[in-house]
This record gives sequence, structure tokens and C-alpha cells, in this order.
Amino acid sequence: MATVELRFSALPEHVRTARLVAAAVARRAGVDEAVLDELRLAVGEACTRAVGLHQTVGISSPVKVLLIEEEKQFSIEVGDEAPRAAPGGRGSGSAGDVTEVEAEEDEMGLAVISGLVDDVEVTAGEHGGLIRMTWPTTPPAAVLP
Amino acid sequence: MDLSLSTETIGDRTIVRVGGEIDVYTAPKLREQLVELVNDGSFHLVVDMEGVDFLDSTGLGVLVGGLKRVRAHEGSLRLVCNQERILKIFRITGLTKVFPIHTSVEEAVEATD
Repeated sequence: MATVELRFSALPEHVRTARLVAAAVARRAGVDEAVLDELRLAVGEACTRAVGLHQTVGISSPVKVLLIEEEKQFSIEVGDEAPRAAPGGRGSGSAGDVTEVEAEEDEMGLAVISGLVDDVEVTAGEHGGLIRMTWPTTPPAAVLP
Repeated sequence: MDLSLSTETIGDRTIVRVGGEIDVYTAPKLREQLVELVNDGSFHLVVDMEGVDFLDSTGLGVLVGGLKRVRAHEGSLRLVCNQERILKIFRITGLTKVFPIHTSVEEAVEATD
């Protein structure tokens, strides 16, 4: 089981909550303070992308974030349920340029994630997509009496 | 923290001071502000990001959109930013080549191409 599991309605206002929770759990798990800003940004990008996909496709189910503390590493999985059957099938009824801007922002989100995180896997299929990001952890220093 | 926005005019430049977090939730407010300024005839914008705590790709998209709008009127969009964590996002995405980034509002106001 994940150390912390978060499910939130696919609304932009909840992405900040996901960022804050992810950073707090990562800090506790021993992720280096120096990369917490990057982790916060990366998980925000992944959640933003998932929210956008759910809203575009019209899925009411929540976005799922798993925060997984493992030996010597900490992983975050952000899952969406937007099917990826037909490429280019995004959106309907909206102005062409709006859809284009959304697509550009989506691409930029992935570009930021891959620029920030060394260990990242992006998978997608007919039941949705998953972004898994992993950071190394250092064990907490021994507590002095 | 929410987004705060204020504007000021110095010569032919309009300074947009941004504070707080620019993300998927707050970026539409910044987009509205930039669109409104351009619609009102302000084509030389300086976006002061010194008060920004967080910026994501949605915010970058809004800034790129603003740049496209002012360029359509032969205008300019300059950024003021000294924060390494914010600058890093511009570097990762290659946008340091797209936006002139200055260290102070004064420098941005005086700058010409």
C-alpha cells in the first residue's frame, strides 16, 4: 500500500493541495531539501495534466496520487482515467485555438517534468494514464538523546 | 497563497506586478489581466515576478500567450526575475531565449531591443 494516497476531484483548485501534501510526505521520507521545490513543481505538473485530461474528456472520477516511501527511494504516481484510444481526439465544440493552447500547455507540462525528474515513466492506455516519478532518499540522521 | 496583481505605468511601459502562486487555478486571472491590458492599448509590458512563489507550465503558457498578443501589435513583454527556482523553469523549457529577463524593473523599463 502507498504511504499516503490522495484522491481529489478533477478541479484546478485542488492541485495546490496535492503539491503541498506531496512535498510534506517527501520531506518526511527523507527526500533532499534541495529537490523539494522541483518535486513540488513536478507533482503539480502531473496533477494539472490529469485534471485537464479529466475535464476535457468529461470524466467525473477523481485524480489519484500515490505517495510511496520505499527503501532508499520515494515515488509519486499520478493516475488519470482518460482513455488514450484516438490521438487528436481532445476536446469538442471549443474554438480551435483554445484546444491548441491546451495541447501546448500539456506538452510544456511534460517537458517540465522530464526536465526536472531524472527517473520518470509515462504510460497511457485505454483505461487512463500514469506518471511515475522517483527520487532517492537519504535515511534520517540518528536522533540524539 | 493566492495570486496578487497590480499595474503601474512608467512612460510607455506597463508594469504588471505579480505575487503569490501562478498555477492551473490562478493562471486564468493573469491571462485576463494581460488580455485586458493589450485590449486597452498597452503593448509594452513588464511582468515583475519578484513576488512569485511558484510558477508552473500553465503560468508559462499564459506568459507565452501574452507575448504573442503584444507582438501582434509590435509590442514587447519583458520579465523581471532574480529567483533561481523560477528562472530554472524558464531554462528547462528553453524560454530564456524567448523572453528578455531582467534583474530589476528599472532595467526592464530602460531596455530597448
